[in-house]
Amino acid sequence: MIFKGNLTINKLRDGFLKKEFSVREVVDQLISRIEKYDGGINSFLTKTSDEARKKADGVDKKIANSGEDVFRESPLLGIPIAHKDLFLTKGVKTTAASKVLENYTPQYSATVVDKFANAGAITLGKLNCDAWGHGASGENSDFKATKNPWNKDYVPGGSSSGSAAAVASGFAAATTGTDTGGSTRFPASFCGVVGLKPTYGRVSRYGVVAMASSMDSMGHLTQTVEDSALVLSVTAGHDEHDATSISAPVPDYKKDLESGVKGLKIGLPKEYFNKGIDEDVITNVRTAVRTLEEQGAKVEEVSLPHTEYVIPAYYIVMSSEVSSNLARYDGIRYGQGRGAFTNEARRRIMLGTHSLSSGYKDKYYGQAEGVRTLIRQDFEKALGKVDVLLAPVSPTPPFKFGERTDDPLKMYLSDILTAAVNLAQLPGLTVPCGFTKNNLPLGFQLIGKALDEATLFRVGHAYQEATDWHTKRPKL
Amino acid sequence: MIKYQPVIGLEVHVELKTDSKMFCACSADHFAKKPNTQVCPVCLGLPGALPVPNEKAIEWTQKLGAALGCKLAIDSQFDRKHYFYPDLPKGYQISQYQHPLAEGGKFQSVNITRVHLEEDTGKLMHQKVGDKNVSLIDFNRSGVPLVEIVTDPDFSSASGAKSFARDLQQTVRHLGVSDADMEKGSMRLEANISVGDKSQATSDKLPNYKVELKNINSFRFMEAAINYEIERQEKVLENGESLIQETRGYDEKTKITKPQRTKEEAQDYRYFPEPDIPPLSFSNTQLEKVKSGVSELPQGKRESLVAEHKIPEMYAAVLTRTEELSDYFSEAVKIGDKHGLVAKKIADFLVNKKTDIKKVSPEGLVKMIKGDGEKSSLSDKHLEKAVEDVVGKNKGAVADYKAGKEVALKFLVGQVMAKTKGQANPRKVQDLLSKKLNE
Repeated sequence: MIFKGNLTINKLRDGFLKKEFSVREVVDQLISRIEKYDGGINSFLTKTSDEARKKADGVDKKIANSGEDVFRESPLLGIPIAHKDLFLTKGVKTTAASKVLENYTPQYSATVVDKFANAGAITLGKLNCDAWGHGASGENSDFKATKNPWNKDYVPGGSSSGSAAAVASGFAAATTGTDTGGSTRFPASFCGVVGLKPTYGRVSRYGVVAMASSMDSMGHLTQTVEDSALVLSVTAGHDEHDATSISAPVPDYKKDLESGVKGLKIGLPKEYFNKGIDEDVITNVRTAVRTLEEQGAKVEEVSLPHTEYVIPAYYIVMSSEVSSNLARYDGIRYGQGRGAFTNEARRRIMLGTHSLSSGYKDKYYGQAEGVRTLIRQDFEKALGKVDVLLAPVSPTPPFKFGERTDDPLKMYLSDILTAAVNLAQLPGLTVPCGFTKNNLPLGFQLIGKALDEATLFRVGHAYQEATDWHTKRPKL
Repeated sequence: MIKYQPVIGLEVHVELKTDSKMFCACSADHFAKKPNTQVCPVCLGLPGALPVPNEKAIEWTQKLGAALGCKLAIDSQFDRKHYFYPDLPKGYQISQYQHPLAEGGKFQSVNITRVHLEEDTGKLMHQKVGDKNVSLIDFNRSGVPLVEIVTDPDFSSASGAKSFARDLQQTVRHLGVSDADMEKGSMRLEANISVGDKSQATSDKLPNYKVELKNINSFRFMEAAINYEIERQEKVLENGESLIQETRGYDEKTKITKPQRTKEEAQDYRYFPEPDIPPLSFSNTQLEKVKSGVSELPQGKRESLVAEHKIPEMYAAVLTRTEELSDYFSEAVKIGDKHGLVAKKIADFLVNKKTDIKKVSPEGLVKMIKGDGEKSSLSDKHLEKAVEDVVGKNKGAVADYKAGKEVALKFLVGQVMAKTKGQANPRKVQDLLSKKLNE
């Protein structure tokens, strides 16, 4: 054992600089760790160990030749990462965890994948998820279900199930996730790690298998808020290949990280602390709120009055776009017919096709888009009064395998506290904040104004400075 | 007594000749290229690929819309149009539905419903590979910008539709936005035809069906196909039967139309706003700029050329084929005027001598014509003969030129000029000589 303790980017970089260990040593150590433990967790679908070792040797040589300067040019130099299997990786199988793309090897890489590579990160492989990103538990993977590293009887949350489990298990310092209705924030909460959903358009979508194009956000998972900020400074920015990417300059996320929360106004949306939400969850999140108050934050209640319409609006808009985006897998290319789609994708294709059909479109898609405007206005109003919103991520603590698979509607309700942020295209950040009596992780989410990820990081970091939940790791 | 009234509308597709495709950087010039050599993740519709709209194509569509008298939209957007077909790699075509770039125009007294921009599809090729019949897909055409122009059902005869289509082709070419070549498929025609009963029809009521005619690849065939279809429909009505909504194709060999598919149930394209492309918004200044960039259209110009310069209609038609040529002519007329040269002579020379306007300046042209009038003209054959003779007789100078002495060429040009008694155009002589010497 060369590297000890929590796998954070800052710690790794320090170690590289002080020559406590080489990049190759860390990579070797993680590869053996994955070999040893991932059989019970199923976070990886494809491992790229040989390439990772080769790249690690290259980085070590670079450090030996050029010294510390190379870390300035490449902010993620030597950092072991892994990508959700929706991110296209040139020459490396990309399946979206679906049988339809079981044998698909892309000819190009996603912009985000290139950005990680250019920043010096080392990819250990591709991560499991719900097929096409459809699911809240990870159980919809067409290959195998990822398990929660804290307790293998429980789901890790989805759809970025492998991404959350891999960070929680200490397999990689950062992983990519996608978030269309909560798919990064939700599993981050279930696995006790930090998960960022950036503002829509802040990070390029180019080269990521599309789920619902008007909401897909390219996020990432890390052990600390500080690392999350560092990763966003690499992935954010305008991309000429994505017409919806935002051209506003990327701020220095480090600048205000240490500024604390004194004087900041935090709003608690009362609809997110309702009767329907598990009591333990609410108690736990309220404790986190008190911690921030003790740090000097001002807390007030706000309202998001259209919250009850979030799930229907989200499921109509999302499934409409899904039905369109999955049309390209028509059986002519990629080697598999449409019969290879499994139940959840079929369900969404049918729902979406119906919602867009003539005679129904105004009633469903049109109406949902109208509701979407109201939801966006709710947030504008609430965020006009406070700097950031704070709320639970999941209405319940992590649940067991099979608990919700028989009732799709019950599964869909998992998104009740996360999907509105996607409809409104705002940024959200999950921060771990404790455990249930059964030692299962809990988290809260921060919701910010468009492009104001910096404030999310500032509040999240202040919380992590005051607590140590983020340093707890499961025993594998 | 004529009992029936044909009702005809046109749908015309025009491929824009922009450098790159509609949503990616691939070359849009796809004609006769090796299959699947001009493709990328975007026009192949690969997972994760995203469209980025081509600004030039948008501007050209607006230009065409303005030329057809349309109102240009301040707010416009792209929509997805869904259907499954092997040549459509995404399962949807990016097109425009609710808010086209241009609407409500008038051209040649025909109402233009809309002008919108979309992407072309790939091409299917059915052929034998080994001993198997297979269908192959060429995606070179996939994603090429395609403009659709839809007219109101304002035509009542095939000849009217034909002359409109011809004028439209000329306008498109004049604007320089497309070759509008029917043979190459860069202009495609579809006609919607129905026949109303004159005695029953109240003024504005359209028949309750329409037949969509496809597979028309020349103006002549369009006229024949429409006429055939009118006659066929009249016969059906004459027999007391009713007509159905359907798509028919024209068969050039048998000169009849055949049903392709019935449209009793209209296909549901499930249009919705393309989420990968933000809505388009234009300022009035931008739109005014586009409009002011549209110069006088060939039809108007044709008439004014005839009236102003007293040149035959036929010459005017040729001279207004492209904006470049008509501008050149105007310039030459101005210069000619100073030299006592009438416009008709210039037109005559330009049309009959097929002058290459890229090589001769308007001044040069006027000089040529003046010289032409005074001296007998020199045929190409004579000139070539003269060049050959001079090259044959001046071996020394030829050798010098080949050794790199540029001056030698000047000497040879002089020799040819002398031989042709100054009748030749020295530039042309120089071109011919260097071609000959570099053989």
